[in-house]
Amino acid sequence: MAEIQPAGSNRVGDRLRRAIESDIWFSFTRSPVTMLSAAVTAIAFLAALFAPWIAPHDPFDLASIDLLDASLPPAWMTDGDPRFLLGTDDQGRDVFSTIMFGARISLVVGFASVLFSLVLGVGLGLVSGYAGGRLDAFIMRVADVQLSFPAILIALLIDGVARSVLPRDHHDELAFYVLVFAIGVSGWVQYARTVRGSTLVEKNKEYVQAARVIGIRRSTILLRHILPNVTGPVLVIATIHLAVAIITEATLSFLGVGVPPTTPSLGTLIRVGNDFLFSGDWWITIFPGLALVVLVLAVNLLGDWLRDALNPKLR
Amino acid sequence: MPAFLLRRFLQSIVVMLTVALIAFGLFRYVGDPINNLVGQDTTLEERDELRERLGLNDAFIVQFGRFVRDVSIGEFGFSYQHRRPVRELVAERLPATLELSLVSALLALLVGAPMGVYTALRRRGFVSRGFMTLSLIGISLPTFLIGILLILFFGVILRWLPTFGRGEVVALGWWTTGFLTASGLKSLVMPSITLALFQMTLIMRLIRAEMLEVLRTDFIKFAHARGLPARSVHFRHALKNTMVPVITITGLQLGSIIAFAIITESVFQWPGMGLLFIQAIGEVDIPVMAAYLVLIAFFFVAINLVVDVLYFVVDPRLRADKATANGQ
Repeated sequence: MAEIQPAGSNRVGDRLRRAIESDIWFSFTRSPVTMLSAAVTAIAFLAALFAPWIAPHDPFDLASIDLLDASLPPAWMTDGDPRFLLGTDDQGRDVFSTIMFGARISLVVGFASVLFSLVLGVGLGLVSGYAGGRLDAFIMRVADVQLSFPAILIALLIDGVARSVLPRDHHDELAFYVLVFAIGVSGWVQYARTVRGSTLVEKNKEYVQAARVIGIRRSTILLRHILPNVTGPVLVIATIHLAVAIITEATLSFLGVGVPPTTPSLGTLIRVGNDFLFSGDWWITIFPGLALVVLVLAVNLLGDWLRDALNPKLR
Repeated sequence: MPAFLLRRFLQSIVVMLTVALIAFGLFRYVGDPINNLVGQDTTLEERDELRERLGLNDAFIVQFGRFVRDVSIGEFGFSYQHRRPVRELVAERLPATLELSLVSALLALLVGAPMGVYTALRRRGFVSRGFMTLSLIGISLPTFLIGILLILFFGVILRWLPTFGRGEVVALGWWTTGFLTASGLKSLVMPSITLALFQMTLIMRLIRAEMLEVLRTDFIKFAHARGLPARSVHFRHALKNTMVPVITITGLQLGSIIAFAIITESVFQWPGMGLLFIQAIGEVDIPVMAAYLVLIAFFFVAINLVVDVLYFVVDPRLRADKATANGQ
């Protein structure tokens, strides 16, 4: 096994280099919209990742917050304060900084949910495609049924049920895991269907039959032989799913069943800010909303481009 | 065909029973139902007696059977929070949600379909590109944000439209309607647009894709070659053939609209079932949650079943395929 490992990773490395040298990089450099969305996504990721170090203020450090700074409009408006570029909320926190910290939570929940869906979906898809028979029929029937409900409804129902099952005092601590579980479970079907389809094709190819003949274990065949050959489309699904997961998280948080206000995501910020809309303090809710839309749009556009670039039929 | 229908029907029943099982599990095992019914000074003996009387000591399957029977006649018990029968609460809220959903569905279809046809016919036109870009933004904008933006512009800044509630409603028997008063209609505008926008973009993109597909086929080229006027080719030949998938998807979207109404109702404080459900989650009001779970599942299963059956009725090719497949 130990000798196969480097060979395998080398092959992946080769493939990656070949891909970059050829079509994908070319199509990337030819599409300004894609380059722009890649830049926006990268900036958002970096800003979220390094928020504690680069944010102009720490919105959760009570010592640095001054109530006298509360509800200041953005810097370019009259009454604006140059220290607070996008204004402050009702407690004097810098909106720009809270957005950076909020995007951090949104992205973490988004990535974690996508990973959860991916592992669950790819796993079930592999098993379903390779085993066939009753197990396959059962998994695909469940997938069909789930697919007939909108993902956000499934996530909301799982979230609601999980919340009523869990003890109330622990809601805030467990909220993150509940969210990831709910969004993750609501999104596995697409991965499973795609991977199952590719697995059905791959399992009849000679290399798999050869592996079976020389007596390699089922799990090894699945993970080492079939899995690397069915992961292509998964990347595309995962990118688009990230955008969906971020929106779902924001929606659940907006509805008040997502992350708690103590660790606000973009959705929570919009929910909290929404209460001040009528008093004219629009910036508290509009800027987090704008950040959310820009982030989701950029990820969506990247996903669209990736789908087209990886699919030779569309070129 | 009958075999397919039967299988499809049985599958629907299995789904409904699964949902009912989850709802029952919530009902029975989250918290102690007795605690939610009685006060603190009830003695242990009285509690045991109540438990026996309510049948909570019966076998699981007996209790579940009773639950299914009650639910199928619309009996969901008492809301912990409102201290009223859930059936009453739901009956009160149902008209609000259904009216909102109906208006949104019509709006999505009546605006989305012409936009889809237009963008398919004038593929490279300036307006078409504008529509397509708008629809991409429409898909990326979360529903609740659309609502907030509308409230900000038309409610707070311009002060044209009411921002919450249904306005004045008129009671017709147990049904309350907002269609008959000016304030009711005004209140409908923003929530229905919010709810319709996503479906509108979806329908537009779907019709566009289907039209482009059909316009490429030989019989369209032939119709053009026969010298038929473009209008006739586009609408009598092409559009007609895109209608099958569009009708089915629109049907399925009806369920989505009812589900997405949760978000819209929450933004606009629209007194419908979605708002009831969100509040129930917050308060861990399990009978209400269970009722919503069962109802929404019922809507979906029923719509899916009808759409599947319609598919077979509308598209003769499917029947033929199935017949040959069965014959082999």
